[in-house]
Amino acid sequence: MVAAMHALAAMGWAQSPSMFRPAGPAAEQIARLGWLFTIVAGAVTVIVTGVLVAALYRRRPAHTSGIEPSGDPRGPVRWIIVGGVILPAIILVVCFVATLITQAAIASPPRPTVATVQVTAHRWWWEVRYTGMGADQTVVTANEIHVPAGRAVRVNLVSNDVIHSFWVPELAGKTDVIPGQDNAMWLQANRPGVYRGECAEYCGLQHAHMDFFVVADAPTDFAAWLARQRATAVAPTDAAAAAGLAVFHRSACAACHAIRGTDMLGRVGPDLTHVASRQTIAAGTLLNNRGNLAGWVANAQSLKPGSGMPNVPLDGPDLQALVAYLETLK
Amino acid sequence: MATVVAASDAPRAQLTEIWETPRGLLGTLTSVDHKTIGKRYLVTAIAFFIIGGLEAAVMRAQLVHSNMHLVSPEAYNQLFTMHGVTMIFLFASPVLSGFSNYLWPLMIGARDMAFPRVNALSYWTFLLAGIFLYSSFLVGQAPDGGWFAYVPMTARAYSPGLNIDFYTLGLIYLGMSTTIGAVNFIATFFTVRAPGMSLNRVPIILWGTLTVSFLIVFFMPSLTVASIFLYLDRTIGTHFFDPANGGHPLLWQHLFWIFGHPWVYIVVLPAMGLASDMIPTFCRRPLAGYTFVALATIATGVVGSGVWIHHMFATGLPPMAMSFFSGASMTVTIPSGVSIVAWLATMWYGRPVFKVPFLFMIGFIILFVIGGVNGVMTAPVPFDLQLTDTYFIVAHIHYVLLGINVFPVFGALYYWLPKMTGRMLSERLGRWVFWLMFIGMNLAFFPMHITGMLGMPRRIYTYPSGMGWDAANLISTVGAYVFAVGVLLFLVDLVRSLRVGPLAGNNPWDAPTLEWSTTSPPPPYNFAVLPTVRSRYPLWEDRLHDGATSIVDQGPVLDDGRETIGTSALDADPMAVIHMPADSAWPLLLALALTVVFYALLAVSWTWTAIGFLLVFICLAGWLSPSRIARAGGGT
Repeated sequence: MVAAMHALAAMGWAQSPSMFRPAGPAAEQIARLGWLFTIVAGAVTVIVTGVLVAALYRRRPAHTSGIEPSGDPRGPVRWIIVGGVILPAIILVVCFVATLITQAAIASPPRPTVATVQVTAHRWWWEVRYTGMGADQTVVTANEIHVPAGRAVRVNLVSNDVIHSFWVPELAGKTDVIPGQDNAMWLQANRPGVYRGECAEYCGLQHAHMDFFVVADAPTDFAAWLARQRATAVAPTDAAAAAGLAVFHRSACAACHAIRGTDMLGRVGPDLTHVASRQTIAAGTLLNNRGNLAGWVANAQSLKPGSGMPNVPLDGPDLQALVAYLETLK
Repeated sequence: MATVVAASDAPRAQLTEIWETPRGLLGTLTSVDHKTIGKRYLVTAIAFFIIGGLEAAVMRAQLVHSNMHLVSPEAYNQLFTMHGVTMIFLFASPVLSGFSNYLWPLMIGARDMAFPRVNALSYWTFLLAGIFLYSSFLVGQAPDGGWFAYVPMTARAYSPGLNIDFYTLGLIYLGMSTTIGAVNFIATFFTVRAPGMSLNRVPIILWGTLTVSFLIVFFMPSLTVASIFLYLDRTIGTHFFDPANGGHPLLWQHLFWIFGHPWVYIVVLPAMGLASDMIPTFCRRPLAGYTFVALATIATGVVGSGVWIHHMFATGLPPMAMSFFSGASMTVTIPSGVSIVAWLATMWYGRPVFKVPFLFMIGFIILFVIGGVNGVMTAPVPFDLQLTDTYFIVAHIHYVLLGINVFPVFGALYYWLPKMTGRMLSERLGRWVFWLMFIGMNLAFFPMHITGMLGMPRRIYTYPSGMGWDAANLISTVGAYVFAVGVLLFLVDLVRSLRVGPLAGNNPWDAPTLEWSTTSPPPPYNFAVLPTVRSRYPLWEDRLHDGATSIVDQGPVLDDGRETIGTSALDADPMAVIHMPADSAWPLLLALALTVVFYALLAVSWTWTAIGFLLVFICLAGWLSPSRIARAGGGT
């Protein structure tokens, strides 16, 4: 067993967002139910296959006429009543009761939620907005949801366009994000860590590139993060960054992106006020580093064809300056 | 007239003249022979199976490794949509219609289906609807919204091309074909069974196809209505699904799945029926628990009509409502379990003979069990919230559709093709075909359970590295290609069989049912004399010693024209001699006229739509013109 786990880990399975490596109360409950159903399913498969093999290969008395007569029908009928009705019914009742218990257990968090996050799904990224925290300033970010570890957070799910589905396998099951319908769910991670989330409902061209991350911070770290996110963008301190801000201003960027603290307040694309604090860009498509940022600005359409982000034609120095500026937006 | 004649004295030449379709193009296009139509259904459905398989082959190549760029996202989305549409609508159901069309009259001792011309119409509309859907590739705008086409992604605002118009209109058209076929099966079941073939004596495939025919009649309208709503939303700006104007996207999901879930049973129940009729032959004994299996078939259809919400557990419906559907979904296991245990009991109390069709039956039962239990895993709401829309579901549906549709179908091809062609397929190649398909299927789809549990969503055209999904995806791709080699080898075997296969004779498997009492292939009139049935297994009566005495070697000839015996619905007492229609070009012409209508609707040309409807009216008038009915001596 341990060796098998090591083998799986070596194949990279340890990195996957597995529903059977739960990191929060909802996912833990579901994983327990999942194991029950998986074990029952496996056992039923093995038993039926065993009966099948026995039925095919059992010893049979010698025989003459070529056709077995129907014989006493009570034998087969007993098989059907016991094996086809009674046994499955007992198993199903047990499984169904376990289902109802789990369903009740995950309906609400163990303790009341401490924060509310509004997640708006766009084709193909996630807008994240913190509300109801007594803050006088908005916190808006994208594709990265910070939560305090060990505390439950309410997530209100809104769609800006088509149906998406919000899923963090290690923390909870899916909730669809449906235009015209306000869905909500709750998230809780037991320990600090980074948990991968995905869009699970086919939503068009770039459904494959609509990931996000839930980052569970220790409560003090979370408070600090929130304070930093509340702040407006820092003004450029060096020449390169200042030039980058100018590029941002005069090029296509400002039409879609907001940088709070400047006069650029586009609402179409992700808020970039603290873009450099995020681990990835383009909804989990690329790691957030200088090279990828430059590549994304210049060439988004070949990295994520169909994305709302156009290729922005900038010459080398302008692009360098722009990326230098973006990297200051911690 | 209906005088009793010995089969050896029947006027075969005269019967042939009455029933044979003339050779040549005109005969080909006008034939209403159920055997011709059945074979056409099979060939067309298998052609679509190969096309859908090629689409899958491209997808598996794209997914063999992370970050592959073999096809564009547009192409991938069209491929997986058309793979689903093709396999579900153009293969899985029509291939079973093919078997039912071919086999029903032979199994129930009739000369044709109740409505032979309607039967021809059903085929031509299926073929033309399939061509209509595939013509979307010619303009590079194949449907790309998934086979389920959720709004609003498929609304005009997010899908401006023709892609979804091909989808909605194609499904409306195909739904007509399916409904026409279903009505014909229902009528045939209740009117033209051989004298004495009471309800408790029909082969199980009839129960399967009858049940799904009712499901089609009840639930196909739901898909048709949904498709019409979406077409109207897209073309004339209605707001059925538009939340900004009082519509709701979930309306589409309800309408789609009210149809969509019963459809799963529509493509498996007749296949389970085929299995129930093949297994006794190879176990050398009657089916154990016939009544239970027949009732389980109907029960599956009834319970299966009330579980559609389990496709929508993540949409935020009230928990109490979902619990009921969760429980109902688990309940479907019981009738399925009854059927499986009946097959196991048949094997246990029988004396199995391991021929190729039986190998497919064994594989089918194992895959059915896996596809059943992994389905039960998705029934509990909480666990489904994790599993839904992942590769786990891809594994589940493929165990169900390959396991309970494709495996019985390939077993049935090995079993009944000798009846259709008169020549046997190869036992040796057949074993290779079975093992390649069985191993390939499990290699391809079992790992998907794991990738799904490891968090891989469905319908993604590529995936990042380092997620732990690469190894399993590589295995899946290898398995898919092994499966494809199995299918290819079957085609080789088929061609070889048609050329040099050993002659089958009337009854190569020593099987018990009526279709094996006539020649292989059967004559145009099926039976020289119409049989009288006294048991479920007319050809085994002498050895079962159960006192039944069906009569297959003498009976009425009915040689005054195309005629068959009409019998009562329950006990099949002879009631009337039914006149059957002659060959006719009207079914094809009507289907062509309908095709004009659908292309006109695609182009949103009301003028051409009107012209198309005029053509439809002309064809209907021609079809129903009294002079023709009088000349043909029959009705529809």
